[in-house]
Amino acid sequence: MLRTLLSGDLPRSRMLSATLLVVFIGLALAPFVVSGARSLNVAATICVFVVLVASYDLLLGYTGVVSFAHTMFYGIGAYGVGLALTGMGPSWTAIAVGTVGALLVSLVLALVIGLFSLRVRAIFYAMITLAVASAFAVLASQLSDFTGGEDGLTFKVPELLQPSFHLLEATIMGRAIDGKLITYYLLFFSALGLFLFMLRIVNSPFGRVLQAIRENDFRAEALGYRTVIYRTLANCLSALIATLAGVLMALWLRYVGPKTMLSFEIMTDILLIVVIGGMGTIYGALIGSALFILAQNYLQVLMGQTSAALSGVPFLANLFHPDRWLLWLGVLFVLSVYFFPTGIVGKLRAGTLAKVDRRP
Amino acid sequence: MSNEARSGEVPVLSTHGLTIRFGGHVAVNNVSCEFRPGTLTAIVGPNGAGKTTYFNLMSGQLPPSSGTVRLYGEDITHLGAPQRTKRGIGRAFQLTNLFPNLTVLENVRLTVQSRAGMGLNMVSMWASHIELIEKAEHFLHLVALTERRHENAAALSHGDKRKLEIAILLALEPDIFMFDEPTAGMSVDEVPVVLDLIQHIKAMGDKTILLVEHKMDVVRSLADRIVVLHNGYLVADGDPTEVMNSPIVQEAYLGAGVADHV
Repeated sequence: MLRTLLSGDLPRSRMLSATLLVVFIGLALAPFVVSGARSLNVAATICVFVVLVASYDLLLGYTGVVSFAHTMFYGIGAYGVGLALTGMGPSWTAIAVGTVGALLVSLVLALVIGLFSLRVRAIFYAMITLAVASAFAVLASQLSDFTGGEDGLTFKVPELLQPSFHLLEATIMGRAIDGKLITYYLLFFSALGLFLFMLRIVNSPFGRVLQAIRENDFRAEALGYRTVIYRTLANCLSALIATLAGVLMALWLRYVGPKTMLSFEIMTDILLIVVIGGMGTIYGALIGSALFILAQNYLQVLMGQTSAALSGVPFLANLFHPDRWLLWLGVLFVLSVYFFPTGIVGKLRAGTLAKVDRRP
Repeated sequence: MSNEARSGEVPVLSTHGLTIRFGGHVAVNNVSCEFRPGTLTAIVGPNGAGKTTYFNLMSGQLPPSSGTVRLYGEDITHLGAPQRTKRGIGRAFQLTNLFPNLTVLENVRLTVQSRAGMGLNMVSMWASHIELIEKAEHFLHLVALTERRHENAAALSHGDKRKLEIAILLALEPDIFMFDEPTAGMSVDEVPVVLDLIQHIKAMGDKTILLVEHKMDVVRSLADRIVVLHNGYLVADGDPTEVMNSPIVQEAYLGAGVADHV
């Protein structure tokens, strides 16, 4: 049962299984374990990023295609729902219309970009995606009558998802069963479903072809696989899943704006998480996202405490000043790439692989 | 011609005025040739004669500058390598061309999977298609690589990589087998395994085999016909003994300094 759910791609390492379990249980119980809006926001962001990063890894880690347009598809999903909810009012129909519309736009864009550039060298694809994504971000902030420009759009979600909505009068474990909680579980189970779906894709016969293309596209062609079709399909799948991640994020924030949805910083975050977690492993997206987003949100707090504790020591107190959290995040990143070039998952698996008889 | 007398059927594969230019250099120059089922044709010539390029043109790795390639009389010049593979042209490469970080078994299993037309299946697990794995293991058994099937292809010795290359070609189950120096760099005791396999394919009777080979003893023992390329031109074509003794071949080989092989 578990084997089928995970598509036969078991963690194959005790440490990895334990880490995955901790992250999974943490996310599943987050509303009851942590308190405060900020913590729940962190958990929700992790859920969305797992989907966003894993879908990017489908391209980068499995197919060997470098794209810079991933945030564009994420933004299309977010703006799709945002515009539909703004225009049609807070209804489930608006969410459905927005989602389907966004998926169609993403599909067409991914198909066009893919067919135009995936048959040529990889570098052209990277350049074209960069150009299209930049153009899209500029467009979103310039069409201010339509998209709200730089300010973005704030909109209402259906009643069931509103924080003021209470499903039950009572509380469970001291937690009110409100719209925020329902939205969180909508995100959590959607992310879980998409995660398992991607795990299945990479372990399907199709996924194996993607890895063959990454390894040696010339040979894959000689075996009879038309690589342009496989690359384009992977590109479309990846774009569609990123779009869904955008939809989820918009529903959570009840806001869309160019900075939160389309900025190039998100793209670099995705790249960093893929590398930290381990390229070519869907599990890496889960561990990488959890670690990165926790660090992004709590490193500053942690450093503030360290700095306070070291307040007597002149140099060290300054070194750990909360304002320097970005510097330390950078140091952590450099160290992790240096010590785990195959990512956390790669490192954890490497130890066990030597012992177990490897499956092909 | 003697080989036409042997099998009077339509040629399986043929090239007509096939030419490719790289800048000013003409690597294959106006080569017209026909290959018939049940025969093994050796393509020989000194280094740089255009043998591998000629192979690349036929198997679709390179588009020709002019001329056509026909399969059962049908023009397939516009088709790319994947489509030609699907139609039965199987190709093994001279410089080993594997999936280095995938296991030996996976290299062959991917081939079997392509042949089964399952590449676009996204819903099932690859590991649940046991028949593909078993078939791949069968081909690995034929080249005596069973014991190394769980190692990465990059970890194999040169000779074993060549064997894996041949296992992949066998797994394509083509009508036309194109071997590009299959025994190059192999140790003396490994060569017979490969030659036996080629003999075995030949004995099936309906396969067309094309073989680029430098070792003249190998050519003599296997070929029904020899085609000689020199500076991109087809300079001789016919019965092995006849071709080997023709003055133009003697000269081509002497010119390239490989006379001791002849």
